[in-house]
Amino acid sequence: MTQTPSETFAHDDLHSNRTGDDARIQIKGRRDGLSIILGDGDWHELVLALDQRLQQSAAFFQDCQVHLNIGQRHVSAEQLRELFQVLQENQVTLARLHTASRASADAAQELDIRLGLPEAVQAPPELPLGTEQWSEGLLFHRTLRSGQALRHPGHVIVIGDVNPGAEVIAGGDVVVWGRVRGMVHAGAAGNDRAIVCALELRPTQLRIGSYIATSPEELARATAGPEMACALEGRIVAKPWLSK
Amino acid sequence: MLGKTITITSGKGGVGKTAVTANLAVALAMLGRRVTAVDTDIGLRNLDVVLGLENRIIYDLIDVIEGRCHLHQALIQDRRLPGLRLLPASQTHDKSAANPADMVVICQELKKDSDFVLIDSPAGIELGFRNAVAGADDVVIVTTPEVSAVRSADRILGLIEAAGKGPGQLVINRIKPAMVTRGDMLGTFDVIEFLAVELLGVVPEEDAILIAANQGVPLASEITTQASQAFHNIAHRLLGEKVPFLPIFESENTVFARFRRFLRLR
Repeated sequence: MTQTPSETFAHDDLHSNRTGDDARIQIKGRRDGLSIILGDGDWHELVLALDQRLQQSAAFFQDCQVHLNIGQRHVSAEQLRELFQVLQENQVTLARLHTASRASADAAQELDIRLGLPEAVQAPPELPLGTEQWSEGLLFHRTLRSGQALRHPGHVIVIGDVNPGAEVIAGGDVVVWGRVRGMVHAGAAGNDRAIVCALELRPTQLRIGSYIATSPEELARATAGPEMACALEGRIVAKPWLSK
Repeated sequence: MLGKTITITSGKGGVGKTAVTANLAVALAMLGRRVTAVDTDIGLRNLDVVLGLENRIIYDLIDVIEGRCHLHQALIQDRRLPGLRLLPASQTHDKSAANPADMVVICQELKKDSDFVLIDSPAGIELGFRNAVAGADDVVIVTTPEVSAVRSADRILGLIEAAGKGPGQLVINRIKPAMVTRGDMLGTFDVIEFLAVELLGVVPEEDAILIAANQGVPLASEITTQASQAFHNIAHRLLGEKVPFLPIFESENTVFARFRRFLRLR
């Protein structure tokens, strides 16, 4: 089955603007986990939107160190408790709270929440521009060895191998210019239309969105060579990448 | 001139870290170098047993760290090889008794009057391992040619690279050429290709290594078998020399193999 342009997967689904709220919750990758930045607006609505977002992307946030940034906002201990509860219900561990407000910092300390060090002032985030808004891609030019995990909310390109015991967890697509022998999860934030490409696709486990291809036999194919995997009719399939 | 600290580690247990450390220490000492071997497997020490120095331990690494003795009081001088000394581990403590900062200081001290400080690391990736690599200039990773050991070696290589102690060199231990030829065991090329690391040496499986360890006389004390030759080759490579790898994969010297060669000659 050849791919026609109309079948191109919609890459904007990651930071999809399905509801207006999502624009106020930004998720970025950090070296040691993830950071969630909450914008302006009604606190209660924001917490609910975050709850929704976390539920959608449950697998993505599991076992993750999360840094929460509330910016200049003044929040009370009660409001923080509300937020904390949402995080707990979604099994998200809060590593640090980043805030520029003294009042919020005091409230956090009351609840024994660790504070993060102030970060350098960054330019305010631009308003998303609809479907042209691409999430940040990450280019990783090294081999991932066993036990190393690469997490990123956008697309991920690895120039190198993904060894068994290593993991790539991306909200977007994953392209490996090398061998995939470990675990790759594309569309980890709930995007079943993400793809995984590799020069050699022999993963221990492949996940796309909510689909899992578990045993190597499911992906065992006669041909070696570059392949692209996607979810089709309820299963993950891999197609050889033939030059046209 | 300051010596060099090399940590011998693996991740997986039982692949031969202690055997490699002991035999390399002996080989280097036989080549006239001053070698200090350090056992950091606190609570499960065995480098002293393999070197035959078990009954001469008065003080150990933890005594030094906790200040009960001076560093040189804990060093045991080997009687057969004047260039070889051992700093034994404690058997009555566990890995939490030492920390990386202590190890850095000890290595620096030992380097002042050694050409090589060889550190025998415990298995694992936790504090014991971190203590062992803290003072290292270079790291040698030992693996056997089996899938689970190679996985662990990959993990360890990642940790070493992340700690800035990379890139590391590999010793493949306990290889059985006959099994490799039959396709029942990973070969040298398979392992290196997977781990993408420089090969320091290949040591064939031999009963003699085990027998020697039990007697407390490391095999490398005499160059009689292929394994002992392999250890000496590794020692030469550590000294910067280029030594070709042993031809352990040449066809066996069985009656059948000789008969086949005889037929071909006709």
